[in-house]
Amino acid sequence: MPLRAKVASSVSRTAAALSRAAGRGDGSVIGGWIGLKIDPDLLAHLSAGRAIALVSGTNGKTTTTRLTTAAVGVLGRVASNAFGANMPTGHTSALAKAGSTPYAVLEVDEHYLAQVLEATEPHVVALLNLSRDQLDRAKEVAMMAQLWRAALVRHPDVRVVANADDPMVVWAATPPADPAQGHVPPHVTWFSAGQRWHDDSWVCPECGSTIQRSGGQWWCTGCPLRRPEPQWTVEDDGVLDPTGAWHKIQLQLPGKVNLGNAATALAVAAEFGVRPVDAVSRLGSVTSVAGRYAQVDRDGRNIRLLLAKNPASWLEAFDMADVAPTLLSINARDPDGLDTSWLFDVDFAPLAGRQVLITGDRAYDLAVRLDVNGVPFRHVRTFDEAVRAVPPGRLEVIANYTAFQDIRAELDRVN
Amino acid sequence: MSTESLRIVWVYPDLLSTYGDRGNALILARRAQLRGMPVEVLEVRSDQRLPATADIYLIGGGEDGPQALGAQRLLADGGLHRAVAQGSVVFGVCAGYQLLGTSFFAKGTRCQGLELLDLSSDRGPTRAVGELAGEVDPRLGIPHLTGFENHGGRTHLGPGVSPLARVTTGVGNDGATEGAWRGKLLGTYSHGPALARNPDLADLLLRWATGIHQLPPLDDTWADRLRSERRAAVAAAARA
Repeated sequence: MPLRAKVASSVSRTAAALSRAAGRGDGSVIGGWIGLKIDPDLLAHLSAGRAIALVSGTNGKTTTTRLTTAAVGVLGRVASNAFGANMPTGHTSALAKAGSTPYAVLEVDEHYLAQVLEATEPHVVALLNLSRDQLDRAKEVAMMAQLWRAALVRHPDVRVVANADDPMVVWAATPPADPAQGHVPPHVTWFSAGQRWHDDSWVCPECGSTIQRSGGQWWCTGCPLRRPEPQWTVEDDGVLDPTGAWHKIQLQLPGKVNLGNAATALAVAAEFGVRPVDAVSRLGSVTSVAGRYAQVDRDGRNIRLLLAKNPASWLEAFDMADVAPTLLSINARDPDGLDTSWLFDVDFAPLAGRQVLITGDRAYDLAVRLDVNGVPFRHVRTFDEAVRAVPPGRLEVIANYTAFQDIRAELDRVN
Repeated sequence: MSTESLRIVWVYPDLLSTYGDRGNALILARRAQLRGMPVEVLEVRSDQRLPATADIYLIGGGEDGPQALGAQRLLADGGLHRAVAQGSVVFGVCAGYQLLGTSFFAKGTRCQGLELLDLSSDRGPTRAVGELAGEVDPRLGIPHLTGFENHGGRTHLGPGVSPLARVTTGVGNDGATEGAWRGKLLGTYSHGPALARNPDLADLLLRWATGIHQLPPLDDTWADRLRSERRAAVAAAARA
């Protein structure tokens, strides 16, 4: 590593430690920011000599990164940005903090994938899904798919592990080969993680025709784009690998969506030579991910926290949640997106029959939504009031980003 | 009404449904049902013919490409024009509002609109993103408009339409006026969705569609609280 990079890396670690000591978060952003100021190529320098996997997509990237880190851990030490700081400052900080490791698994914000591909020259990149998320500031879905596609064309050597069930991802992962330009199609391994949310992929990104779906398959009615045959699939409570061997998966994380994330993690780890049979037991050791799925006991209630940031992830959260009293909390601060219209993209009908409580800055938006959905609810002003309003036993909490952080802080204070 | 039941068509949800636009169909259907009206909601995709005999047509927001494609298909289909000629109600939001005019900009080019409203849209200097509020044309007899806008367009009204509202917060058409209406056609930049945040606007469309001037009142406790909360938030932001 050049001297400048060594200094930058050391300063980055110190700043992160100072930030943590001062109680200003986990320091993963500030450390990386300072490091990159001293050496703008620090991320590239810190990446050199490591075999790296990048994990990107709208939903599931933090969890999949954690599961992949566990799986690749079979081979040796793995650096990772485990706390969801998923922009280059976070990557820089994570690698600096980890010191020398043979492997790294990095979660990447989908807007930064091109830049991080450039800086880290990964061995493999996992593409999970693309759906609408905070449209008041984020790129629209088709534009994001186009950016991914353009980035992959520039990196024909990277191995791609991609979700066969998402037409936008499939299109992004299969840029046209152009022998004249020296472009070869990327090597893609397909997994099937399912896709509950379809409303951002009715129109073919290639030709604008309608996309048809039937029995898990999808195809464009106007061009050859269609669902590729996946090599990794979820079957019952396990994963089928490309050899046809089935591996039972026992996760401590709820829901079908996390089985899909486990299949993805095994597929990515396999690109480094990890055999699924050696990795499955490690997946079961992952309990909570940056507070998500964490369970806290208070006053006889077992409170479980589920994060849901956008329409697709709300559908997944309903699938993960037990049939139990449920608290929904919605904010619309900057990190959440300021527009709450998306609440009407979510069908809350699965909650009918459960005791539903609502809270958060934008509880009234949610109230109007639930009212028209025919789901009875009660509005509570505080988290304490919610806990007192439900009988002893499980309380599921589904919240969007800052609402989730508020509730985590509340639980940390007491426990 | 054209038939035994109130027929609501949600136009091209595969193209124009980017910001919770389904909500407008849900709210209208719910408010009609609570008054005992039988309701039928048809979701007509862009590869299907648009029926010309429905009572209310809803056109939502979308990205540039889908907006241009939606306008092309509506022009080629002709169903919406026939429906308007027969007195149907049309409610357009954002991209769906712009394409009711004579022209709009998408992907850097001027696109032909449906020419159902005397207005045209072009690109503004900045993207308008944030809370939108305004005092509604008193002839419509409904309280203040509240919503959330997210668009790069500016809309210029011709003499053949009236502004829906005078802007008090946000940009709307051009910072002064927001939305437009003529006869039973109405357009707005307001998401939220608009009819969730403005139940009286939903009832206006229902009155236009049914010809019933006095609709039984509904319990709008939550919508009223939402409106007050948004109004207070906008006022607090203005003071800050």
